[in-house]
Amino acid sequence: MRRTFYILLRNPLSLLGLVLIAAVVLSAILADFVTPFPSHAGAVVDFAHFNQPPGWPYIMGTDLVGRDLFTRIIYAYRISLILGVVVLAIAVPIGVTIGLFAGYLGGWVEYLLMRLTDVFLSIPPLVLAMSMMGVLEPTLTNGMIAVTAMWWPWYTRLVYNLTRSEKEEGYVLAAEVIGASKLHVIFREILPNCVPSILTKMTLDLGFVILIASSLSFLGLGVQPPTPDLGSMVADGAKYLPDSWWLTVFPGLAILVAVFGFNLVGDALREILGADQ
Amino acid sequence: MSETTLRIRDLRLGFMGYTGLVEVLHGISLHIRPGERVALVGESGSGKSVTARIVLGLLQSLRSAQISGLVEFEGRDLERLPDHERHALRGTRMSMIFQDPTSSLNPVYPIGTQFQEVLRRGAPGISADEARSLAATALRGVAIPEPERVLESYPFQLSGGMNQRVMIAMALANEPSLLIADEPGTALDVTVQAQTLRLMRELVEKHRTAVLFISHNLGVVREFADRVYVIYKGRIVEQGSASALFAEPRHPYTRALMSAVPRITGGGIPEIEDASADYFAPIEVHEGFAEPAA
Repeated sequence: MRRTFYILLRNPLSLLGLVLIAAVVLSAILADFVTPFPSHAGAVVDFAHFNQPPGWPYIMGTDLVGRDLFTRIIYAYRISLILGVVVLAIAVPIGVTIGLFAGYLGGWVEYLLMRLTDVFLSIPPLVLAMSMMGVLEPTLTNGMIAVTAMWWPWYTRLVYNLTRSEKEEGYVLAAEVIGASKLHVIFREILPNCVPSILTKMTLDLGFVILIASSLSFLGLGVQPPTPDLGSMVADGAKYLPDSWWLTVFPGLAILVAVFGFNLVGDALREILGADQ
Repeated sequence: MSETTLRIRDLRLGFMGYTGLVEVLHGISLHIRPGERVALVGESGSGKSVTARIVLGLLQSLRSAQISGLVEFEGRDLERLPDHERHALRGTRMSMIFQDPTSSLNPVYPIGTQFQEVLRRGAPGISADEARSLAATALRGVAIPEPERVLESYPFQLSGGMNQRVMIAMALANEPSLLIADEPGTALDVTVQAQTLRLMRELVEKHRTAVLFISHNLGVVREFADRVYVIYKGRIVEQGSASALFAEPRHPYTRALMSAVPRITGGGIPEIEDASADYFAPIEVHEGFAEPAA
Protein backbone atom coordinates (compact mmCIF):
# COMPACT_ATOMS: atom_id res chain seq x y z
CA MET A 1 0.00 0.00 0.00
CA ARG A 2 2.76 2.43 0.96
CA ARG A 3 4.72 1.33 -2.10
CA THR A 4 1.73 1.96 -4.36
CA PHE A 5 1.40 5.46 -3.00
CA TYR A 6 5.08 6.10 -3.47
CA ILE A 7 4.95 5.07 -7.15
CA LEU A 8 1.89 7.27 -7.65
CA LEU A 9 3.81 10.25 -6.31
CA ARG A 10 6.84 9.64 -8.50
CA ASN A 11 5.01 9.49 -11.83
CA PRO A 12 4.28 13.08 -12.99
CA LEU A 13 0.95 12.15 -14.61
CA SER A 14 -0.45 10.30 -11.64
CA LEU A 15 0.88 13.02 -9.36
CA LEU A 16 -1.09 15.54 -11.42
CA GLY A 17 -4.13 13.27 -11.08
CA LEU A 18 -3.71 13.11 -7.31
CA VAL A 19 -3.40 16.89 -7.10
CA LEU A 20 -6.56 17.38 -9.19
CA ILE A 21 -8.53 14.87 -7.10
CA ALA A 22 -7.28 16.44 -3.89
CA ALA A 23 -8.26 19.92 -5.10
CA VAL A 24 -11.75 18.77 -6.16
CA VAL A 25 -12.44 16.75 -3.03
CA LEU A 26 -11.05 19.29 -0.57
CA SER A 27 -12.84 22.24 -2.17
CA ALA A 28 -16.10 20.26 -2.17
CA ILE A 29 -15.75 19.34 1.49
CA LEU A 30 -14.66 22.85 2.54
CA ALA A 31 -17.06 24.60 0.12
CA ASP A 32 -18.50 26.78 2.89
CA PHE A 33 -15.06 28.25 3.58
CA VAL A 34 -13.32 28.41 0.21
CA THR A 35 -16.11 29.97 -1.86
CA PRO A 36 -16.56 33.74 -1.84
CA PHE A 37 -20.39 33.68 -1.84
CA PRO A 38 -21.67 30.51 -0.14
CA SER A 39 -25.28 31.75 -0.26
CA HIS A 40 -25.14 31.70 -4.07
CA ALA A 41 -25.44 27.92 -4.03
CA GLY A 42 -29.16 28.34 -3.39
CA ALA A 43 -32.00 30.35 -4.87
CA VAL A 44 -30.50 33.82 -4.71
CA VAL A 45 -30.88 36.64 -7.20
CA ASP A 46 -28.61 39.65 -7.58
CA PHE A 47 -29.68 41.42 -10.75
CA ALA A 48 -27.21 44.21 -10.12
CA HIS A 49 -24.40 41.85 -11.10
CA PHE A 50 -26.02 39.46 -13.59
CA ASN A 51 -24.18 37.93 -16.55
CA GLN A 52 -20.83 39.43 -15.70
CA PRO A 53 -17.66 38.18 -17.44
CA PRO A 54 -14.83 36.78 -15.33
CA GLY A 55 -13.22 39.47 -13.22
CA TRP A 56 -13.12 40.54 -9.59
CA PRO A 57 -14.72 39.46 -7.27
CA TYR A 58 -16.45 37.01 -9.64
CA ILE A 59 -13.38 35.14 -10.92
CA MET A 60 -15.45 32.94 -13.25
CA GLY A 61 -18.19 35.44 -13.90
CA THR A 62 -21.83 35.34 -12.80
CA ASP A 63 -24.85 33.60 -14.21
CA LEU A 64 -28.09 35.10 -15.53
CA VAL A 65 -29.47 35.89 -12.10
CA GLY A 66 -26.21 37.25 -10.76
CA ARG A 67 -24.86 34.27 -8.83
CA ASP A 68 -21.12 33.64 -8.61
CA LEU A 69 -20.22 30.82 -11.01
CA PHE A 70 -17.12 29.73 -9.08
CA THR A 71 -19.17 29.25 -5.93
CA ARG A 72 -21.78 27.24 -7.79
CA ILE A 73 -19.17 25.01 -9.44
CA ILE A 74 -17.60 24.11 -6.10
CA TYR A 75 -21.01 23.27 -4.64
CA ALA A 76 -21.81 21.25 -7.76
CA TYR A 77 -18.68 19.19 -7.09
CA ARG A 78 -20.12 18.37 -3.72
CA ILE A 79 -23.30 16.97 -5.28
CA SER A 80 -21.36 15.10 -7.97
CA LEU A 81 -18.99 13.49 -5.47
CA ILE A 82 -21.80 12.47 -3.14
CA LEU A 83 -23.60 10.95 -6.09
CA GLY A 84 -20.47 9.14 -7.24
CA VAL A 85 -19.65 7.75 -3.81
CA VAL A 86 -23.22 6.66 -3.07
CA VAL A 87 -23.64 5.03 -6.48
CA LEU A 88 -20.41 3.08 -6.11
CA ALA A 89 -21.11 2.24 -2.46
CA ILE A 90 -24.33 0.52 -3.56
CA ALA A 91 -23.38 -0.79 -7.00
CA VAL A 92 -19.99 -2.29 -6.10
CA PRO A 93 -21.08 -4.62 -3.26
CA ILE A 94 -24.04 -5.83 -5.34
CA GLY A 95 -22.00 -6.35 -8.48
CA VAL A 96 -19.07 -7.94 -6.68
CA THR A 97 -21.23 -10.37 -4.69
CA ILE A 98 -23.13 -11.51 -7.76
CA GLY A 99 -19.90 -11.91 -9.70
CA LEU A 100 -18.29 -13.96 -6.92
CA PHE A 101 -21.21 -16.33 -6.58
CA ALA A 102 -21.66 -16.75 -10.34
CA GLY A 103 -17.96 -17.36 -10.86
CA TYR A 104 -17.41 -19.73 -7.97
CA LEU A 105 -20.59 -21.77 -7.88
CA GLY A 106 -20.96 -22.22 -11.65
CA GLY A 107 -23.77 -24.34 -13.06
CA TRP A 108 -27.27 -22.93 -13.16
CA VAL A 109 -26.44 -20.20 -10.63
CA GLU A 110 -23.81 -18.87 -13.01
CA TYR A 111 -26.17 -19.17 -15.95
CA LEU A 112 -28.98 -17.33 -14.22
CA LEU A 113 -26.88 -14.53 -12.74
CA MET A 114 -24.75 -13.90 -15.80
CA ARG A 115 -27.71 -13.84 -18.20
CA LEU A 116 -29.42 -11.36 -15.88
CA THR A 117 -26.25 -9.28 -15.98
CA ASP A 118 -26.21 -9.52 -19.78
CA VAL A 119 -29.76 -8.20 -19.90
CA PHE A 120 -28.71 -5.11 -17.98
CA LEU A 121 -25.55 -4.72 -20.04
CA SER A 122 -27.48 -4.92 -23.30
CA ILE A 123 -29.40 -1.74 -22.52
CA PRO A 124 -27.39 1.40 -23.34
CA PRO A 125 -26.69 3.01 -19.96
CA LEU A 126 -27.94 6.48 -20.81
CA VAL A 127 -31.14 5.10 -22.33
CA LEU A 128 -31.86 3.02 -19.23
CA ALA A 129 -31.23 5.97 -16.94
CA MET A 130 -33.30 8.27 -19.14
CA SER A 131 -36.27 5.95 -19.21
CA MET A 132 -36.07 5.43 -15.46
CA MET A 133 -35.87 9.15 -14.84
CA GLY A 134 -38.70 9.69 -17.27
CA VAL A 135 -40.97 7.36 -15.33
CA LEU A 136 -39.81 8.48 -11.90
CA GLU A 137 -39.44 12.07 -10.78
CA PRO A 138 -36.11 13.62 -11.75
CA THR A 139 -34.54 14.07 -8.32
CA LEU A 140 -31.07 13.44 -6.94
CA THR A 141 -32.20 10.21 -5.24
CA ASN A 142 -33.79 8.86 -8.39
CA GLY A 143 -30.71 9.87 -10.31
CA MET A 144 -28.61 7.76 -7.98
CA ILE A 145 -30.97 4.82 -8.34
CA ALA A 146 -30.88 5.07 -12.13
CA VAL A 147 -27.10 5.28 -12.31
CA THR A 148 -26.70 2.46 -9.77
CA ALA A 149 -29.02 0.21 -11.75
CA MET A 150 -26.79 0.48 -14.78
CA TRP A 151 -23.49 0.37 -12.95
CA TRP A 152 -23.44 -2.90 -11.01
CA PRO A 153 -23.28 -5.25 -14.05
CA TRP A 154 -19.81 -4.01 -14.93
CA TYR A 155 -18.54 -5.10 -11.53
CA THR A 156 -20.26 -8.43 -11.91
CA ARG A 157 -18.46 -8.94 -15.22
CA LEU A 158 -15.10 -7.96 -13.80
CA VAL A 159 -15.33 -10.02 -10.63
CA TYR A 160 -16.88 -12.98 -12.44
CA ASN A 161 -13.86 -13.20 -14.73
CA LEU A 162 -11.42 -12.72 -11.86
CA THR A 163 -13.18 -15.40 -9.83
CA ARG A 164 -13.09 -17.84 -12.71
CA SER A 165 -9.32 -17.55 -12.88
CA GLU A 166 -8.72 -17.40 -9.11
CA LYS A 167 -10.85 -20.50 -8.68
CA GLU A 168 -8.21 -22.53 -10.53
CA GLU A 169 -5.45 -21.35 -8.20
CA GLY A 170 -3.91 -23.87 -5.87
CA TYR A 171 -4.87 -22.04 -2.71
CA VAL A 172 -8.58 -22.39 -3.48
CA LEU A 173 -8.22 -26.14 -3.88
CA ALA A 174 -6.05 -26.23 -0.77
CA ALA A 175 -8.78 -24.43 1.19
CA GLU A 176 -11.45 -26.80 -0.13
CA VAL A 177 -9.33 -29.78 0.82
CA ILE A 178 -8.97 -28.70 4.42
CA GLY A 179 -12.73 -28.38 4.56
CA ALA A 180 -13.35 -24.65 4.16
CA SER A 181 -16.98 -23.72 3.52
CA LYS A 182 -18.11 -22.21 0.23
CA LEU A 183 -18.68 -18.83 1.88
CA HIS A 184 -15.21 -18.92 3.40
CA VAL A 185 -13.64 -19.69 0.03
CA ILE A 186 -15.63 -16.97 -1.72
CA PHE A 187 -15.21 -14.14 0.76
CA ARG A 188 -11.99 -14.96 2.59
CA GLU A 189 -9.90 -16.59 -0.14
CA ILE A 190 -11.05 -15.28 -3.52
CA LEU A 191 -12.40 -11.79 -2.72
CA PRO A 192 -9.18 -10.43 -1.15
CA ASN A 193 -7.35 -11.38 -4.33
CA CYS A 194 -9.83 -9.38 -6.42
CA VAL A 195 -9.63 -6.23 -4.29
CA PRO A 196 -6.80 -4.48 -6.21
CA SER A 197 -8.69 -4.74 -9.50
CA ILE A 198 -11.96 -3.62 -7.89
CA LEU A 199 -10.30 -0.58 -6.30
CA THR A 200 -8.72 0.40 -9.59
CA LYS A 201 -12.03 0.21 -11.41
CA MET A 202 -13.70 2.21 -8.66
CA THR A 203 -11.20 5.03 -9.01
CA LEU A 204 -11.76 5.15 -12.76
CA ASP A 205 -15.50 4.89 -12.33
CA LEU A 206 -15.81 7.76 -9.90
CA GLY A 207 -14.91 10.02 -12.82
CA PHE A 208 -17.32 8.27 -15.17
CA VAL A 209 -20.22 8.39 -12.72
CA ILE A 210 -19.71 12.16 -12.46
CA LEU A 211 -19.72 12.33 -16.25
CA ILE A 212 -22.90 10.25 -16.60
CA ALA A 213 -24.66 12.22 -13.88
CA SER A 214 -23.71 15.42 -15.68
CA SER A 215 -25.03 14.03 -18.97
CA LEU A 216 -28.33 13.24 -17.28
CA SER A 217 -28.72 16.70 -15.82
CA PHE A 218 -27.57 18.19 -19.13
CA LEU A 219 -30.66 16.53 -20.57
CA GLY A 220 -32.75 17.97 -17.76
CA LEU A 221 -33.20 14.58 -16.06
CA GLY A 222 -30.85 15.03 -13.16
CA VAL A 223 -30.59 17.34 -10.22
CA GLN A 224 -33.18 20.12 -10.43
CA PRO A 225 -32.65 23.88 -9.86
CA PRO A 226 -31.76 25.67 -7.73
CA THR A 227 -29.30 22.95 -6.65
CA PRO A 228 -26.10 23.61 -8.58
CA ASP A 229 -25.09 20.87 -11.00
CA LEU A 230 -22.33 20.89 -13.58
CA GLY A 231 -24.39 19.23 -16.30
CA SER A 232 -27.36 21.56 -16.04
CA MET A 233 -25.06 24.57 -15.80
CA VAL A 234 -23.51 23.62 -19.14
CA ALA A 235 -26.96 23.05 -20.62
CA ASP A 236 -28.32 26.39 -19.41
CA GLY A 237 -25.27 28.30 -20.57
CA ALA A 238 -25.24 26.68 -24.01
CA LYS A 239 -28.16 28.87 -25.06
CA TYR A 240 -26.01 32.01 -24.62
CA LEU A 241 -22.95 30.90 -26.55
CA PRO A 242 -20.73 32.45 -27.73
CA ASP A 243 -21.42 35.78 -26.04
CA SER A 244 -21.61 34.58 -22.43
CA TRP A 245 -18.97 31.86 -23.01
CA TRP A 246 -18.05 31.60 -19.31
CA LEU A 247 -21.44 30.10 -18.47
CA THR A 248 -20.53 26.90 -20.41
CA VAL A 249 -16.76 26.85 -20.48
CA PHE A 250 -16.08 26.89 -16.74
CA PRO A 251 -18.59 24.19 -15.71
CA GLY A 252 -17.38 22.14 -18.68
CA LEU A 253 -13.77 22.53 -17.58
CA ALA A 254 -14.81 21.62 -14.05
CA ILE A 255 -16.21 18.30 -15.31
CA LEU A 256 -13.05 17.74 -17.31
CA VAL A 257 -10.77 18.39 -14.32
CA ALA A 258 -12.61 15.95 -12.07
CA VAL A 259 -12.93 13.16 -14.64
CA PHE A 260 -9.36 13.65 -15.84
CA GLY A 261 -8.00 13.48 -12.30
CA PHE A 262 -9.76 10.22 -11.48
CA ASN A 263 -8.74 8.75 -14.83
CA LEU A 264 -5.07 9.56 -14.39
CA VAL A 265 -4.95 7.98 -10.96
CA GLY A 266 -7.07 5.01 -12.04
CA ASP A 267 -4.81 4.30 -15.01
CA ALA A 268 -1.71 4.55 -12.87
CA LEU A 269 -3.23 2.21 -10.28
CA ARG A 270 -4.10 -0.29 -12.99
CA GLU A 271 -0.53 -0.32 -14.18
CA ILE A 272 0.99 -0.62 -10.71
CA LEU A 273 -1.36 -3.31 -9.43
CA GLY A 274 -1.41 -5.15 -12.75
CA ALA A 275 2.37 -5.36 -12.77
CA ASP A 276 2.27 -6.80 -9.25
CA GLN A 277 0.49 -9.97 -10.29
CA MET B 1 -10.83 -54.63 8.77
CA SER B 2 -10.11 -51.72 11.01
CA GLU B 3 -6.34 -51.96 10.61
CA THR B 4 -6.47 -50.38 7.17
CA THR B 5 -6.49 -46.59 7.04
CA LEU B 6 -7.75 -46.42 3.51
CA ARG B 7 -9.29 -49.16 1.43
CA ILE B 8 -10.49 -48.70 -2.12
CA ARG B 9 -12.22 -51.57 -3.84
CA ASP B 10 -13.26 -51.71 -7.46
CA LEU B 11 -13.47 -47.96 -7.81
CA ARG B 12 -14.87 -46.86 -11.13
CA LEU B 13 -15.25 -43.36 -12.42
CA GLY B 14 -16.73 -42.03 -15.60
CA PHE B 15 -17.55 -38.59 -16.83
CA MET B 16 -20.78 -37.91 -18.64
CA GLY B 17 -19.84 -36.02 -21.78
CA TYR B 18 -21.71 -35.05 -24.91
CA THR B 19 -20.59 -38.25 -26.59
CA GLY B 20 -21.67 -40.45 -23.70
CA LEU B 21 -19.85 -41.87 -20.72
CA VAL B 22 -16.06 -41.55 -20.79
CA GLU B 23 -14.55 -44.07 -18.40
CA VAL B 24 -11.54 -42.83 -16.48
CA LEU B 25 -11.08 -45.47 -13.79
CA HIS B 26 -11.87 -49.10 -14.55
CA GLY B 27 -12.06 -50.67 -11.13
CA ILE B 28 -9.14 -49.72 -8.93
CA SER B 29 -8.39 -51.49 -5.68
CA LEU B 30 -5.79 -50.47 -3.18
CA HIS B 31 -5.27 -50.27 0.55
CA ILE B 32 -3.04 -48.43 2.97
CA ARG B 33 -2.33 -49.48 6.53
CA PRO B 34 -1.52 -47.03 9.32
CA GLY B 35 1.95 -45.57 9.00
CA GLU B 36 2.46 -47.07 5.60
CA ARG B 37 3.77 -45.12 2.64
CA VAL B 38 2.11 -46.23 -0.54
CA ALA B 39 2.87 -44.82 -3.96
CA LEU B 40 0.54 -44.63 -6.91
CA VAL B 41 2.65 -44.29 -10.02
CA GLY B 42 1.59 -43.60 -13.56
CA GLU B 43 1.77 -41.23 -16.47
CA SER B 44 -0.28 -38.07 -16.86
CA GLY B 45 -3.93 -38.84 -17.35
CA SER B 46 -3.69 -42.34 -15.91
CA GLY B 47 -6.14 -41.49 -13.13
CA LYS B 48 -3.79 -40.87 -10.22
CA SER B 49 -5.06 -37.48 -9.23
CA VAL B 50 -8.74 -38.22 -9.68
CA THR B 51 -8.33 -41.16 -7.30
CA ALA B 52 -7.00 -38.73 -4.69
CA ARG B 53 -9.86 -36.36 -5.30
CA ILE B 54 -12.43 -39.07 -4.89
CA VAL B 55 -10.90 -40.04 -1.56
CA LEU B 56 -11.18 -36.44 -0.42
CA GLY B 57 -14.70 -36.18 -1.78
CA LEU B 58 -13.95 -33.35 -4.15
CA LEU B 59 -15.27 -35.02 -7.30
CA GLN B 60 -18.55 -36.23 -5.90
CA SER B 61 -20.09 -32.77 -6.18
CA LEU B 62 -19.60 -32.77 -9.95
CA ARG B 63 -22.82 -33.89 -11.50
CA SER B 64 -21.11 -35.27 -14.59
CA ALA B 65 -18.96 -37.64 -12.50
CA GLN B 66 -20.31 -41.18 -12.17
CA ILE B 67 -18.60 -42.98 -9.33
CA SER B 68 -19.05 -46.53 -8.12
CA GLY B 69 -17.10 -48.82 -5.84
CA LEU B 70 -16.06 -48.75 -2.23
CA VAL B 71 -13.93 -46.12 -0.53
CA GLU B 72 -13.42 -46.97 3.11
CA PHE B 73 -11.59 -44.71 5.55
CA GLU B 74 -10.75 -46.21 8.94
CA GLY B 75 -13.43 -48.81 8.45
CA ARG B 76 -16.16 -46.37 7.44
CA ASP B 77 -17.67 -46.31 3.97
CA LEU B 78 -17.25 -42.71 2.84
CA GLU B 79 -20.14 -42.86 0.40
CA ARG B 80 -22.56 -43.77 3.16
CA LEU B 81 -21.27 -41.16 5.56
CA PRO B 82 -23.50 -38.10 5.92
CA ASP B 83 -22.09 -35.00 4.24
CA HIS B 84 -21.24 -33.17 7.43
CA GLU B 85 -19.32 -36.11 8.89
CA ARG B 86 -17.41 -36.57 5.69
CA HIS B 87 -16.71 -32.87 5.63
CA ALA B 88 -15.46 -33.04 9.21
CA LEU B 89 -12.79 -35.55 8.19
CA ARG B 90 -11.18 -33.20 5.72
CA GLY B 91 -8.36 -31.17 7.10
CA THR B 92 -8.47 -33.08 10.37
CA ARG B 93 -8.21 -36.84 9.73
CA MET B 94 -7.01 -36.54 6.14
CA SER B 95 -5.10 -33.81 4.43
CA MET B 96 -3.26 -33.16 1.23
CA ILE B 97 -0.08 -31.65 -0.19
CA PHE B 98 0.03 -30.29 -3.70
CA GLN B 99 2.42 -29.97 -6.62
CA ASP B 100 3.12 -26.28 -6.42
CA PRO B 101 3.49 -25.11 -2.84
CA THR B 102 3.63 -21.40 -3.65
CA SER B 103 0.31 -21.28 -5.46
CA SER B 104 -1.29 -23.43 -2.76
CA LEU B 105 -0.92 -20.60 -0.28
CA ASN B 106 -3.15 -17.57 -0.57
CA PRO B 107 -0.96 -14.63 -1.62
CA VAL B 108 -2.91 -12.02 0.37
CA TYR B 109 -2.49 -13.50 3.84
CA PRO B 110 0.68 -13.97 5.86
CA ILE B 111 1.65 -17.56 6.65
CA GLY B 112 0.65 -17.12 10.30
CA THR B 113 -2.97 -16.30 9.44
CA GLN B 114 -3.27 -19.27 7.13
CA PHE B 115 -1.67 -21.58 9.64
CA GLN B 116 -4.10 -20.40 12.27
CA GLU B 117 -7.05 -21.27 10.03
CA VAL B 118 -5.71 -24.77 9.56
CA LEU B 119 -5.29 -25.22 13.31
CA ARG B 120 -8.81 -23.88 13.94
CA ARG B 121 -10.07 -26.72 11.76
CA GLY B 122 -8.68 -29.22 14.22
CA ALA B 123 -9.34 -27.26 17.42
CA PRO B 124 -12.08 -24.67 16.82
CA GLY B 125 -11.68 -22.86 20.12
CA ILE B 126 -7.94 -22.30 19.91
CA SER B 127 -6.72 -18.80 20.82
CA ALA B 128 -4.55 -16.73 18.52
CA ASP B 129 -1.55 -16.97 20.85
CA GLU B 130 -1.84 -20.71 21.24
CA ALA B 131 -2.20 -21.14 17.49
CA ARG B 132 0.86 -19.02 16.96
CA SER B 133 3.06 -20.98 19.28
CA LEU B 134 1.76 -24.28 17.88
CA ALA B 135 2.47 -23.05 14.38
CA ALA B 136 5.96 -21.95 15.37
CA THR B 137 6.64 -25.39 16.85
CA ALA B 138 5.31 -27.08 13.73
CA LEU B 139 7.53 -24.92 11.54
CA ARG B 140 10.55 -25.74 13.68
CA GLY B 141 9.61 -29.37 13.10
CA VAL B 142 10.11 -28.94 9.37
CA ALA B 143 13.55 -27.42 9.94
CA ILE B 144 12.58 -23.80 9.43
CA PRO B 145 15.13 -21.85 11.47
CA GLU B 146 13.21 -18.62 12.15
CA PRO B 147 9.56 -19.60 12.49
CA GLU B 148 8.52 -16.19 13.84
CA ARG B 149 9.82 -14.43 10.77
CA VAL B 150 8.19 -16.96 8.44
CA LEU B 151 4.83 -16.58 10.19
CA GLU B 152 4.99 -12.85 9.47
CA SER B 153 5.88 -13.37 5.81
CA TYR B 154 3.67 -13.63 2.77
CA PRO B 155 4.05 -16.70 0.56
CA PHE B 156 5.70 -14.76 -2.26
CA GLN B 157 8.41 -13.57 0.11
CA LEU B 158 9.52 -17.14 0.76
CA SER B 159 11.31 -19.57 -1.54
CA GLY B 160 9.54 -22.54 -3.09
CA GLY B 161 11.34 -24.91 -0.74
CA MET B 162 10.28 -22.87 2.29
CA ASN B 163 6.68 -22.84 1.11
CA GLN B 164 6.81 -26.58 0.59
CA ARG B 165 7.95 -27.02 4.19
CA VAL B 166 5.20 -24.73 5.36
CA MET B 167 2.69 -26.82 3.40
CA ILE B 168 4.02 -30.02 4.94
CA ALA B 169 3.83 -28.51 8.41
CA MET B 170 0.27 -27.35 7.79
CA ALA B 171 -0.82 -30.68 6.33
CA LEU B 172 0.47 -32.51 9.39
CA ALA B 173 -0.54 -29.89 11.96
CA ASN B 174 -3.80 -31.59 12.90
CA GLU B 175 -2.18 -35.04 13.08
CA PRO B 176 -4.13 -36.60 10.21
CA SER B 177 -4.11 -40.36 9.88
CA LEU B 178 -3.94 -40.11 6.10
CA LEU B 179 -1.86 -37.71 4.05
CA ILE B 180 -2.35 -37.54 0.32
CA ALA B 181 0.64 -36.13 -1.48
CA ASP B 182 -0.20 -35.27 -5.07
CA GLU B 183 3.15 -35.05 -6.85
CA PRO B 184 4.65 -33.01 -4.04
CA GLY B 185 7.49 -30.79 -5.10
CA THR B 186 7.24 -31.43 -8.83
CA ALA B 187 7.41 -27.69 -9.26
CA LEU B 188 10.62 -27.48 -7.19
CA ASP B 189 14.16 -28.17 -8.27
CA VAL B 190 15.59 -31.57 -7.47
CA THR B 191 17.81 -30.70 -4.53
CA VAL B 192 15.01 -28.94 -2.69
CA GLN B 193 12.67 -31.76 -3.60
CA ALA B 194 15.06 -34.28 -2.07
CA GLN B 195 15.36 -32.28 1.16
CA THR B 196 11.65 -31.85 1.61
CA LEU B 197 10.97 -35.49 0.83
CA ARG B 198 13.43 -36.61 3.47
CA LEU B 199 11.80 -34.25 5.90
CA MET B 200 8.35 -35.53 5.04
CA ARG B 201 9.46 -39.12 5.49
CA GLU B 202 10.85 -38.41 8.95
CA LEU B 203 7.66 -36.66 9.97
CA VAL B 204 5.25 -39.31 8.78
CA GLU B 205 7.37 -41.94 10.47
CA LYS B 206 7.24 -40.02 13.71
CA HIS B 207 3.49 -39.45 13.60
CA ARG B 208 2.69 -42.83 12.01
CA THR B 209 0.76 -41.09 9.28
CA ALA B 210 -0.32 -43.19 6.34
CA VAL B 211 0.66 -41.62 3.05
CA LEU B 212 -0.80 -42.02 -0.40
CA PHE B 213 2.01 -40.74 -2.55
CA ILE B 214 1.02 -39.86 -6.08
CA SER B 215 3.85 -39.41 -8.50
CA HIS B 216 5.22 -40.02 -11.96
CA ASN B 217 8.77 -39.75 -10.70
CA LEU B 218 10.09 -43.26 -10.23
CA GLY B 219 13.29 -42.19 -8.53
CA VAL B 220 11.36 -40.37 -5.83
CA VAL B 221 8.93 -43.24 -5.39
CA ARG B 222 11.75 -45.75 -4.97
CA GLU B 223 13.24 -43.72 -2.13
CA PHE B 224 10.02 -42.81 -0.42
CA ALA B 225 7.50 -45.61 -0.65
CA ASP B 226 7.10 -48.98 1.07
CA ARG B 227 4.67 -50.32 -1.49
CA VAL B 228 3.89 -49.31 -5.04
CA TYR B 229 0.86 -49.50 -7.28
CA VAL B 230 1.46 -48.84 -10.96
CA ILE B 231 -1.54 -47.41 -12.73
CA TYR B 232 -2.10 -47.24 -16.47
CA LYS B 233 -5.17 -45.80 -18.15
CA GLY B 234 -7.37 -46.26 -15.12
CA ARG B 235 -6.22 -49.79 -14.30
CA ILE B 236 -3.73 -50.99 -11.70
CA VAL B 237 -1.23 -52.99 -13.72
CA GLU B 238 1.26 -54.03 -11.09
CA GLN B 239 1.54 -53.93 -7.35
CA GLY B 240 4.15 -55.02 -4.86
CA SER B 241 6.80 -53.85 -2.43
CA ALA B 242 8.92 -50.99 -3.68
CA SER B 243 12.13 -53.00 -3.51
CA ALA B 244 10.72 -56.04 -5.31
CA LEU B 245 8.96 -54.00 -7.94
CA PHE B 246 12.04 -52.00 -8.81
CA ALA B 247 14.29 -55.06 -8.73
CA GLU B 248 11.99 -57.11 -10.87
CA PRO B 249 9.32 -55.23 -12.79
CA ARG B 250 6.95 -57.79 -14.23
CA HIS B 251 4.33 -55.93 -16.17
CA PRO B 252 5.25 -54.69 -19.68
CA TYR B 253 4.04 -51.20 -18.81
CA THR B 254 6.11 -51.02 -15.63
CA ARG B 255 9.15 -52.07 -17.59
CA ALA B 256 8.45 -49.44 -20.25
CA LEU B 257 7.96 -46.81 -17.55
CA MET B 258 11.30 -47.66 -15.96
CA SER B 259 13.20 -47.66 -19.22
CA ALA B 260 11.67 -44.28 -20.03
CA VAL B 261 13.56 -42.53 -17.24
CA PRO B 262 16.44 -40.56 -18.81
CA ARG B 263 19.80 -41.61 -17.38
CA ILE B 264 22.03 -39.04 -15.81
CA THR B 265 24.96 -40.81 -17.50
CA GLY B 266 23.63 -39.95 -20.95
CA GLY B 267 22.44 -42.12 -23.77
CA GLY B 268 19.72 -39.82 -24.99
CA ILE B 269 16.05 -39.89 -24.28
CA PRO B 270 14.92 -43.50 -24.34
CA GLU B 271 12.37 -44.44 -26.92
CA ILE B 272 9.32 -46.29 -25.78
CA GLU B 273 6.12 -47.10 -27.50
CA ASP B 274 3.29 -44.69 -26.82
CA ALA B 275 0.73 -47.37 -26.56
CA SER B 276 1.01 -51.06 -26.89
CA ALA B 277 -1.40 -53.94 -26.53
CA ASP B 278 1.04 -55.32 -23.95
CA TYR B 279 0.25 -52.47 -21.61
CA PHE B 280 -3.25 -53.82 -21.20
CA ALA B 281 -1.96 -57.18 -20.01
CA PRO B 282 -3.60 -58.42 -16.81
CA ILE B 283 -2.46 -57.19 -13.43
CA GLU B 284 0.79 -58.52 -11.98
CA VAL B 285 0.60 -58.96 -8.22
CA HIS B 286 3.81 -59.66 -6.37
CA GLU B 287 3.55 -62.55 -3.93
CA GLY B 288 2.23 -61.49 -0.58
CA PHE B 289 1.00 -58.13 -1.80
CA ALA B 290 -2.50 -58.97 -2.92
CA GLU B 291 -5.44 -56.93 -1.72
CA PRO B 292 -6.78 -58.20 1.59
CA ALA B 293 -10.05 -60.07 1.26
CA ALA B 294 -13.12 -58.09 2.22
